[in-house]
Amino acid sequence: MQLIPCPWCGPREETEFHYGGQAHVAYPQDPAALSDEDWAKFVFFRANPSGPLPERWTHSAGCRRWFNAVRDTRTHDLLAVYRLDEPRPVIP
Amino acid sequence: MTRLPDRGVVDRAAPLKFTFDGRELTGFRGDTLASALLANGVHQVATSIKYARPRGIVAAGVEDPTALVQIEAPFPEPMLSATTVELYDGLVARGLSGQGRLATEPDPARYDAEHIHCDVLVVGAGPAGRAAAAEASGRVLLVDDQPEPSGEIPGGVRFLSRTTAFGVYDDGFVLALERRGENAAPERISRRRVWRIRAKRIVLATGAHERPVVFPDNDRPGIMLAGAARTYLNRYGVLAGQRAVVFTTNDSAYAVAFDLADAGARIAVIADARDTVSARLREDAAARGIEIRTGHGIVGTAGGDRVTSAVVAELGATQGDRFACDLLLVSGGWNPAVHLFSQARGTLRYAPELGAYVPDGDLPTVRVVGSAAGEGLPEVKVLWQVPAAESEVDTRFVDLQRDATVSDVLRATGAGLRSLEHVKRYTTIGTAHDQGKTSGLLAAGITAEALGRDLAEQRPTTFRPPYTSVPFAALAGRNRGDLHDPVRVTALHPWHVAHGAEFENVGQWKRPWYYPRPGEDLETAVLRECRAARTGVALMDGSTLGKIDVQGPDAAAFLDLLYTNLMSSLKVGRIRYGVMCGVDGMVIDDGTVIRVAEDRFLVTTTTGNAAMVLEWMEEWLQTEWPHLRVFATSVTEHWATIPLVGPRSRAVLAKVAPGLDVSNDAFGFMTWQDAEVAGIDARVCRISFSGELAYEINVPSWHGITLWEALLAAGAEDGITPYGTETMHVLRAEKGYPIIGQETDATVTPQDLGMSWAVSKKKPDFLGKRSFTRAENLRPDRKQLVGLLPQDPAVLLPEGSQLIETDHVPEPPVRMLGHVTSSYRSAALGRTFALALVRSGRERVGQTLYVPVGAAVVPVTVTESVLFDKEGTRRDG
Repeated sequence: MQLIPCPWCGPREETEFHYGGQAHVAYPQDPAALSDEDWAKFVFFRANPSGPLPERWTHSAGCRRWFNAVRDTRTHDLLAVYRLDEPRPVIP
Repeated sequence: MTRLPDRGVVDRAAPLKFTFDGRELTGFRGDTLASALLANGVHQVATSIKYARPRGIVAAGVEDPTALVQIEAPFPEPMLSATTVELYDGLVARGLSGQGRLATEPDPARYDAEHIHCDVLVVGAGPAGRAAAAEASGRVLLVDDQPEPSGEIPGGVRFLSRTTAFGVYDDGFVLALERRGENAAPERISRRRVWRIRAKRIVLATGAHERPVVFPDNDRPGIMLAGAARTYLNRYGVLAGQRAVVFTTNDSAYAVAFDLADAGARIAVIADARDTVSARLREDAAARGIEIRTGHGIVGTAGGDRVTSAVVAELGATQGDRFACDLLLVSGGWNPAVHLFSQARGTLRYAPELGAYVPDGDLPTVRVVGSAAGEGLPEVKVLWQVPAAESEVDTRFVDLQRDATVSDVLRATGAGLRSLEHVKRYTTIGTAHDQGKTSGLLAAGITAEALGRDLAEQRPTTFRPPYTSVPFAALAGRNRGDLHDPVRVTALHPWHVAHGAEFENVGQWKRPWYYPRPGEDLETAVLRECRAARTGVALMDGSTLGKIDVQGPDAAAFLDLLYTNLMSSLKVGRIRYGVMCGVDGMVIDDGTVIRVAEDRFLVTTTTGNAAMVLEWMEEWLQTEWPHLRVFATSVTEHWATIPLVGPRSRAVLAKVAPGLDVSNDAFGFMTWQDAEVAGIDARVCRISFSGELAYEINVPSWHGITLWEALLAAGAEDGITPYGTETMHVLRAEKGYPIIGQETDATVTPQDLGMSWAVSKKKPDFLGKRSFTRAENLRPDRKQLVGLLPQDPAVLLPEGSQLIETDHVPEPPVRMLGHVTSSYRSAALGRTFALALVRSGRERVGQTLYVPVGAAVVPVTVTESVLFDKEGTRRDG
């Protein structure tokens, strides 16, 4: 079972967390202005890289706060964890 | 005698009585069931699962594939390996054919778990493990699956015996199973304990398992791994046979042969697959009068419940010399126990000198030492099987537990299967309780040979936890029975229990399902409860309804984004029904919203969705709308909620709330008022989920029973009737009110439910709005909620039934139009009815459709979803 470093609580077991999908997929400013295709991209399409992927997580059994993490989908290693108001760190 | 007086470390002062297959036998403390059986001359333990052939004891540890037993007493436990069952007084066991029997009564033993953190975890207390533990610094934990370590445990090291590390997971997390109870007093301590270990570094000193070589009739009792015979001799003082044939591909079996010979056994011959044997071994063998035949193997055996002879032939030949024996020892070399290393995602490398996979370098936090790393293991002539003549019935067993043979492997490769995973699944090799500890590499080797491949290139199958079988009871620990899952009960629960309610589980809640009177079943009780609600007065416990307090200056704006309809226009003192959708436009929940103050709302959710909706709110508040000043707090348990329902509900409420003007003008539908009810400060809402005149009375939960009993007393002369969830469902279904999660799945929009009226046209945006104009959401043939009336009014459609267009079931594929979501008998309608999601349902109102039910096809008339009081006149009384 992985340890996930919550930015507020420190490392906790993964069962305390819930996955929230890809990060940095902002709700569109004006959904009505989007074409069906662009709206479908927002609703249904997500990146599926073999490698680092920014994700949203929530520490649901702890502080109940959301944060972002960059996870390597090949190894599950969390390469970076950062608050929602912080920019995505550059992964070397 | 097979038990020798001068060998072994068992405690001869502590004889233990046990029963096997009905025979009363004796062993000693320190025995395993297997060693005790061998000491009593019992070689056949079980029969094989597919061909019912006699099977014995192959190994002395967890790798044994055949000696499967069922423990009958003190408590039934299925599918244990006799080689891992520690003997204890009173043990009753019997041999199995590969299938056990689960106990029918609850296990009285306790199981528990313990969490532990350490700097270094060492798995295995052999010489390499003990050395690693001695070198390690910080908090060091050493675990070993045997009752006693084979040497002294270094000082300052915490040692757990009888503890098998069975799974290595991420970030140094290791699960280990400790067997505690059988030898200690089970009433005082748990029978098994799962250790949940978090280690900074892990050292694996897990040793190696000897592997056999495949030859015809290699499965008879008495055919044993060579090293196992040495363990039985030196540890348990048991001489497994009087006259042994030894078949080896390496030096290690010679030590076994010499030990056995020195203990008094006769070694008939050593068949060595290699062409040359060292001079030293030849001399040692000659000194003991042991014949060695190099370049030879076994091509056949004879015997029933025990091997009686073996045929030794030159490799490649099919005929040879027959040697009488009661023990046949085999060594095909040693496989490092790399299971845990592989689970930790360590990569393996094929070592041709060992004929086995070894760790290909350490991991950052996981190190492998000793024979688990391949250190000190003998070089072998790699031999997976002895070449043998074709025979009609193949008895060249690769996996003894699964009765899978070389022919099975060749059938798999012949069918075109090339990956080892596919061969494994086709043949089932490696899928039994032993997980292929002796058979996996043989299958890989034979597959590689069949495909003309090199094992160095053929990736081994992945090792996954658990390393050995773990009882579910141990994994469950104390989380069973009442502690399996939290049970949530309402403040009124004791009353429901005292009054004979049958309960329904809704999420973690216990909800009264119906209140049967003497002689009543569900159907008659529900019809009675429904009649009471429609004609008199009835009440239910609605406390489980999810309640979320939403407050803050931006609460109204927040709810406008969340619900499909407008909430900011709601006046204080009023109530509005709302539907919540995901961004895909599909309904996720519904409920009512009460405006408590300008900056404060009380949102209700369905019982099962309360946590989900709160999380949904928090997600949007934190991730997308952090600028909104809103707090959302669950207050579900704070309130006892009692809907008071029926034409006489107004009169009953008036009695208990004399200060409240309950008239329709003063207290209109979808409004709420604070009032004193039965002397308790209450919030009374006029909401109706039944279609009747109804009030929902909310009081702090600790006043719940007082209020409930006051309402019962006040309504006594009107025949007030408590009703449960089943009646609630019937009443709401008669009115066409959907239940989210029953009428809907994740593919249903508000429009599909006929709730376009609840979708705002004015708001610039809300979650789901944009999706409603997608082409897929505008299709006229979407499934829509309708009512169904079976043409025979007595026929109750099973929920989940499918609808078709024809009065007979046509040839497949059958076009399915939808399915029945709810189906009940209605007292008010005097007949059965159902709700259903049906393709283009609203266009089909008036049409006849058909529902296959068993062998019959039931004709039904499609109606609007509202079947009772379409005008809604009853809700105002």
